[in-house]
Amino acid sequence: MVDQHTVRAYDKDLDLLERRIAEMGGVAEKMVIDAVDALAAGDASLAHQVVATDARLDMLQREIEEQAILTIARRQPVAIDLREIIGTIRVAGDLERVGDLAKNIAKRSVKIGVETRAPRAIVGIKHMNEFATELMKDVLDAFAQRDVERALDVWERDAELDALEESVFRDLLTHMMEDPRNITFCAHLLFCSKNIERIGDHATNIAETVFYLVTGSNLPTDRPRGRQETDIDTDARGEL
Amino acid sequence: MSGEVQAQKLAKPAGAENSKVVVRNLNFYYGGTRALKDVALDLYQGQVTAFIGPSGCGKSTLLRVLNRMYDLYPGQRAEGEVLLDGENILSPGLDLNLLRSRVGMVFQKPTPFPMTIYENIAFGVRLYEKLPKAELDARVESALQRAALWTEVKDKLNASGLSLSGGQQQRLCIARTVAIKPEVILLDEPASALDPISTAKIEELIDELSGDYTIAIVTHNMQQAARVSRYTAFMYLGEMVEFDDTNKIFTAPRDKRAQDYITGRFG
Repeated sequence: MVDQHTVRAYDKDLDLLERRIAEMGGVAEKMVIDAVDALAAGDASLAHQVVATDARLDMLQREIEEQAILTIARRQPVAIDLREIIGTIRVAGDLERVGDLAKNIAKRSVKIGVETRAPRAIVGIKHMNEFATELMKDVLDAFAQRDVERALDVWERDAELDALEESVFRDLLTHMMEDPRNITFCAHLLFCSKNIERIGDHATNIAETVFYLVTGSNLPTDRPRGRQETDIDTDARGEL
Repeated sequence: MSGEVQAQKLAKPAGAENSKVVVRNLNFYYGGTRALKDVALDLYQGQVTAFIGPSGCGKSTLLRVLNRMYDLYPGQRAEGEVLLDGENILSPGLDLNLLRSRVGMVFQKPTPFPMTIYENIAFGVRLYEKLPKAELDARVESALQRAALWTEVKDKLNASGLSLSGGQQQRLCIARTVAIKPEVILLDEPASALDPISTAKIEELIDELSGDYTIAIVTHNMQQAARVSRYTAFMYLGEMVEFDDTNKIFTAPRDKRAQDYITGRFG
């Protein structure tokens, strides 16, 4: 890829950041998978584990920020180095948020407990989560390999996740209308699906960062969206 | 160099003003050694342009061509076009004294004359203009003001220029250059021998002077180039490799050699 710096310690600083990000990515990815597994299986101990792991992610983010700030202070990075460091800070921020969202799902799964009254609704959420985890995995690979094509692919595919969220939304509404006793449970699931949709947004943020890091220019501000006629804001809510 | 690449390098950056100096197909020789190879660039009116590149890349040579400083040395010659307001300064009939009054130069090491502070500045002015004493006094004061040196020396104008500190001496040299009202100022590593505070004063001064003067600065200090210039030219082995907006060069340069150099990857 890029040649080594004359000052080797500079490369070591950058390598360290790179490794920390990879570690954060791994931790965040696993939290997201575990959170929804805990939700689907009503597994409280797995859920608690996810909640506990979040502290590790927060710590890693802090370490990355401190290391990045030190590197900026010491090396006055420019061009690709500057973009790498800024990119690292941004990605660490996104991953930290992803961890928070997973933690929130885990907490909700504990609250819902075994009160799972509509397994079909969970199926939709699991499906969403598989898709979101795939986006995360792809975008983290794209980041590690500085692969713009792959990042762009994630950036575009997020629209599908938005569409999935919407079908889950309709599904949950149906359950709530069918039987008011479903409302508490489904309301929690609504938040869970929203969280997963947000995780997809963070994946696209990372994709944008990869694009900037590699090319030095920015992607357009508006991303491809799901089809207008199925937009939650304009359509489904209007029906209520 | 392909025509397309040349055209891309010469593309006028967005927002650029008129060209004060236009360099085209410039080749320079130290005896048999070709030190500049088909160099082309523009210095924009009232803007600061930084020349960066590793030692021996030709950046100081290019600066020395811009006021024909090389004429002082036998065996050195330039070919091509260097247009100052449309007039080729390389043409043999050119009045060198007039050229140097229009294109002033400040060197790496401060070079005050062994005279009083006042005379250091008045000396140059007298070469080009006959001014009554009062006007000359005013010129000396305004040059020292512009060089941000006035408050420090106004009570000792008759002290020797050599009694000043290094940073003050360098500002005195800039004042001397400014006093003859040039249009273009060439700065060859003006702050490399100065401490950080004096360096900051010189950089502040460059910022002050831009707008009124077209400035070209050679510097080995990349951060300095990033701080003071609007445009940056990266040179390597006598070639102009990349010329662009300074913001662009220091965030996303196009050429790998430029990137390797500014990020400290040069092998």
